[in-house]
Amino acid sequence: MTPAGPARSQVRAPARDQAAAPAAKPALDIAALLTDPATRIVVTCGSGGVGKTTTAAAMAVLAADAGRTVAVLTIDPARRLAQSMGLTELDNTPRRVQVDPELNPESDTAGELWAMMLDTRRTFDEMVAAHSTPERAEQILANPFYQTISSSFSGTQEYMAMEKLGQLSATGRYDLIVVDTPPSRSALDFLDAPQRLSAFLDGRMIRLLATPGRGVMKLVGAGFTLFAKAVTAVIGGQMLADAARFVQLFEDMFGGFRERAEATYRLLRDAGSSFVVVATCEADALREASYFADRLLTERMPLAGLVLNRTHPPLVDLPLATAEAALDEWGATPAGSSPPGGPAASPSPSPSASNAVALAGAALRIHADRLAIRAQELRMRTRFDRAHPEIPVVEVPARPTDVHDIPGLRAVGAALTGDTTP
Amino acid sequence: MGRATDRASGPATTLEPSSGHESRPGASWPAAARRARLHVVTGKGGTGKTTVAAALALALARDGRRVLLIEVEERQGIAQLFDLPPLPYAERRIALAPGGGEVRALAIDVEAALLEYFAMFYNLGFAGRTLKRMGAVEFATTLAPGLRDVLLTGKIKETVTRTGPDGRRVYDAVVVDAPPTGRVVTFLNVTVAMADLARRGPIRNQADGVIALLHSPDTCVHLVTLLEDMPVTETIEAIAELRAAELPVGAIVVNRVTPDHLPDALLAKAAAGTVDRASLGRGLRTLGITPDRALLAGLAAEVRGHALRVRDERSCRADLSATGVAMLDLPGMPDGVQLGEAYELADLLADQEVGG
Repeated sequence: MTPAGPARSQVRAPARDQAAAPAAKPALDIAALLTDPATRIVVTCGSGGVGKTTTAAAMAVLAADAGRTVAVLTIDPARRLAQSMGLTELDNTPRRVQVDPELNPESDTAGELWAMMLDTRRTFDEMVAAHSTPERAEQILANPFYQTISSSFSGTQEYMAMEKLGQLSATGRYDLIVVDTPPSRSALDFLDAPQRLSAFLDGRMIRLLATPGRGVMKLVGAGFTLFAKAVTAVIGGQMLADAARFVQLFEDMFGGFRERAEATYRLLRDAGSSFVVVATCEADALREASYFADRLLTERMPLAGLVLNRTHPPLVDLPLATAEAALDEWGATPAGSSPPGGPAASPSPSPSASNAVALAGAALRIHADRLAIRAQELRMRTRFDRAHPEIPVVEVPARPTDVHDIPGLRAVGAALTGDTTP
Repeated sequence: MGRATDRASGPATTLEPSSGHESRPGASWPAAARRARLHVVTGKGGTGKTTVAAALALALARDGRRVLLIEVEERQGIAQLFDLPPLPYAERRIALAPGGGEVRALAIDVEAALLEYFAMFYNLGFAGRTLKRMGAVEFATTLAPGLRDVLLTGKIKETVTRTGPDGRRVYDAVVVDAPPTGRVVTFLNVTVAMADLARRGPIRNQADGVIALLHSPDTCVHLVTLLEDMPVTETIEAIAELRAAELPVGAIVVNRVTPDHLPDALLAKAAAGTVDRASLGRGLRTLGITPDRALLAGLAAEVRGHALRVRDERSCRADLSATGVAMLDLPGMPDGVQLGEAYELADLLADQEVGG
């Protein structure tokens, strides 16, 4: 964030741009969502690299500024963003973030911002400890198979994010919890992971593989024995034995785990929860956003709307044709045809006049590029709006610099609640 | 980076004086990449990894060569890019390249690959399909997470080394749209993945060949990045990890580079927040536009935003060049990337001597 504060969200999109965007669709009112006392949980989701974490952090700051006590649960934030919130390590408990040390921190209306980074492994360990006897917990934690599951099973991070959310919510200490979801291969993993992990941990297959020749295997007969042999040949008997032992140890706890996963799932369907889907104006990100929105609607999960991140609305109402005509004019001058790095080789009237033309030409090229990007963004947005007429959208204009401090998050928050969408 | 700077610090591998390439840095496809046959393309999510992999395959397929483009994440990203129905687990021609070359594509299905392996050694027959339905294969790959990567790299190796009836290699090059930077070293580091697996057995034996290929000069790992903090940080970390694992690093492909429109002197001023509106107004009048106050303010804000963006991109680029890895540039495609744009990007890569 620089003091220059360029391209502020406060700059209204010009009329021309608004006219091109689809009309008669409600804008996503983030301020209303975040300040409503009934909103207790907001989950941001979307594909990787769309700005989920920054959006989650900006929403948390916004709600804290509005006087609420907010916890933001982040997963793998950019280092500088994490540092700006005082998160220097995975510590698994929310830490108070001083949002505004200079501005009257003791004020009655000031809320509180708490932030934490998820430590997947530790959350899992704590969950094991909470659901079993100390000796049994120790055996589980030492099991090599548990170590694999707790660190590298593809759904563990999602599952533990949900578990942590359940814990934070149960403390009752926060008016609002904002949850950032893991950078999954697909946004949908987030909903499916607890289910997949549960199915996996219920251990039917492990028992089948570890003790072939009994029980359900009769269904598939000799084929299964061969398969078990093949699996054993590939991954080794020790691994299977560890897995079987783990399932045995885990059996008593399993009911508790599943119950908690189901409770969190119910919590997410609750009226106090809202999902905010984040996407950029690119085909892949919007495709994921569409899938996710459809999925949420199918599951009757409360979808607040879509944040269309890093858009490029023009900051000035100057049509492309006018800019291009002027650029043609510039191209006819020697200054226009030389690369912008070097001065024009041919004699020019005066340095200041040629500088003025160079600046105007550069400004028009920058503007023309921006209009071209904007045209594609509007095409993508129109496509999304047609497919999802009921989903409210808010656009957040791209910032020229990365966000890594509280003022930067406030600026994003202003854009989230800003006047940039029709 | 500014043109003047580029010319001054042009890479040593440039074969001829740059002529007519003012808008791009000098060609920098490294010699190691020129001799590699397996090109592994990674990048942080959202950087355009699949697009760059496809463009690279098209560029390498010029002059009558045959290239295989492999997808390993079961995302069907290649099918979407080329506007095709989902790719099966089979090698299909998906595009022709100038000069009679062709690109084939393969989306590796891990379950199918595992059953394919088992079928080589055990006659699972009908049971194979039943087990697949029961999720047994997913289960086995979950039990031993490294198994998945061993299977994928095993299949990749098979395509790289496959020979036709004439004894020649079936593919001149194989391009892999690999897992993202955060996972790519785990993916390629088969030696570590093997720790999950039994000491003996069919896949174990096969993996030794994979390890040899991935650490040989036949392989190059390329990293796609944007000039933004997070992807640049991840790229630099991934390069360090790749080097530590002795996996050969090829080039950094810098995607969606913002075109540099401002002369250097104006850029520095604008980034610091100063755009001379009076001068801008005079220039616009010379070019036939009569500006009002709002127009000047809006254009000045766009110029400032652009200047900050370019300044930050230059600083990211400086961080990247400190790794000593060769860099190639690709511009953003304002109209999105479909087949036509993929060819355009391939041309731009070829201009930077990809394919050689």
